[in-house]
Amino acid sequence: MAQVVQANLHSSTKADSRTSGHTRWVRVSHWIITASFLTLAFTGVVILMAHPRLYWGDVGNDLTPALIELPISRNYKHGGWDKVESFFQDAASPVSANRTYDIFNKNGWGRSLHFLAAWFLFAVGAIYLLTGVFTGHFRRHIVPRSSELEPRLFLQDFRNHLRMKIRASTGGPQYGLIQKCSYFAVVFLALPLIVLSGLAMSPAISAGYPILQRTFGGFQSARTIHFFAFVALIVFLLVHVAMIIKSGFKRQMRGMTIGGRHEK
Amino acid sequence: MKNDALITRRQILIGGLTTAGGLMLSGCSKQLPPTYGNILRMADTFTYAAHQVLLPGESLAKEYSHKDISSFPATGTTNPCDPNLRKPNETYAQLLKGNFADWRLSIEGLVARPGSYSLADLKRLPSRTQITKHVCEEGWSAIGEWTGVPLSRVLDAAGILPSARFVVFYSYDEWADCIDMFDALHPQTILAYGMNGRDLPLPHGAPVRLRVERQLGYKSMKYLERIVVKEEFDDGGKNGNIQNGWAWYVGI
Repeated sequence: MAQVVQANLHSSTKADSRTSGHTRWVRVSHWIITASFLTLAFTGVVILMAHPRLYWGDVGNDLTPALIELPISRNYKHGGWDKVESFFQDAASPVSANRTYDIFNKNGWGRSLHFLAAWFLFAVGAIYLLTGVFTGHFRRHIVPRSSELEPRLFLQDFRNHLRMKIRASTGGPQYGLIQKCSYFAVVFLALPLIVLSGLAMSPAISAGYPILQRTFGGFQSARTIHFFAFVALIVFLLVHVAMIIKSGFKRQMRGMTIGGRHEK
Repeated sequence: MKNDALITRRQILIGGLTTAGGLMLSGCSKQLPPTYGNILRMADTFTYAAHQVLLPGESLAKEYSHKDISSFPATGTTNPCDPNLRKPNETYAQLLKGNFADWRLSIEGLVARPGSYSLADLKRLPSRTQITKHVCEEGWSAIGEWTGVPLSRVLDAAGILPSARFVVFYSYDEWADCIDMFDALHPQTILAYGMNGRDLPLPHGAPVRLRVERQLGYKSMKYLERIVVKEEFDDGGKNGNIQNGWAWYVGI
């Protein structure tokens, strides 16, 4: 079975070698989404630095316990609160306290730039998804074939990756099994999740469509999930770039920029 | 053959964009806030327009139960007459000394009956109590119970004129900000004088603060001084969010 698939892959590689390189819409959307993602990642970290604490549920602030505290920016040491006063009489009463220090906060431009890039990711991402469905790009290149979904093949591909035996690329959309699965996970899981968890944080959208924030388990849960989706995408980006270099950087970059050799 | 397909795809895209643009324009046939030629502010205005078109207009922010009330940090100004401030507000210091007995909220601009309201005047109007989540642009959130008079009641009492489009607020800690009529007349937009069952505490904006529940915390201005109803968008000048680098619309 493995040999058959391998042979298939091989022959399709051969057949496609004349038409290697990515189609224009894939190339254009790839780089717009890359630029949007990098801007979103950078501004996202800037925004997180203003309040580098993550929580679960609906509520989380400097006066409530955090799930995770990230040692980024001086706001990490969230001391300097005075005039702690209880709202109610009982001992377990929630409190109010005044902030007495100047925090790091670049959200004025950070947030606006984040949403500017988000509009590009959303618009181009939507066009990419629709085109991918209607041209059969996803069916032919991204979604793993049922014949490929075999533990033995996964193991084999995984071992090859561990031994750093990376197949030389065609510069086009002829992908290995783990490669397909990771693209599938990015396109259909991580990116939709990060967009939806981002929208779920909006007070206007969660007023209009409360189900979105409720699905994520509250505002702070959505924020935490948004963060971990970012971490997953950064890990993908690093491995992706490493694999591009390992499998033939020049050919890969050519395939994703000016396209294949023969293309006019 | 291949070219035909390409043209068709392009036509679909162009057609789709034109339709979307048309929807945007018809949804916001009135003027939008200025973008100041700034690409960041253009994106903010686009988000504003998209929310106006795509979100149900009369939706309410989620209201919570009493047991959900949480600890609540007081940030930004926590006392407009704090002697440590660069410019402590003397008028506010006097009002605070008199326990706000002399505090008056003036309502001016495009209203039939301009005037000023004392705390007692506001408390005489029908009140609304809501337990809502305050989301700060920094990333934290807190749930509190707010009691106050719906802004729409006060605007009705003053008689807003048909040309009115924005409501501008001025505060004792010298901020200026405005909201559109959709937010101003929204049932959860209140002038809050109570928090968690007591008078609004000093750090949270005493004696009266605004609550705008479908936007981030900084739209809910503390230490209210004056309200002006206008036809034109007012960015608040050097005391406003825009000139201090912040977005005007923060529904996201």
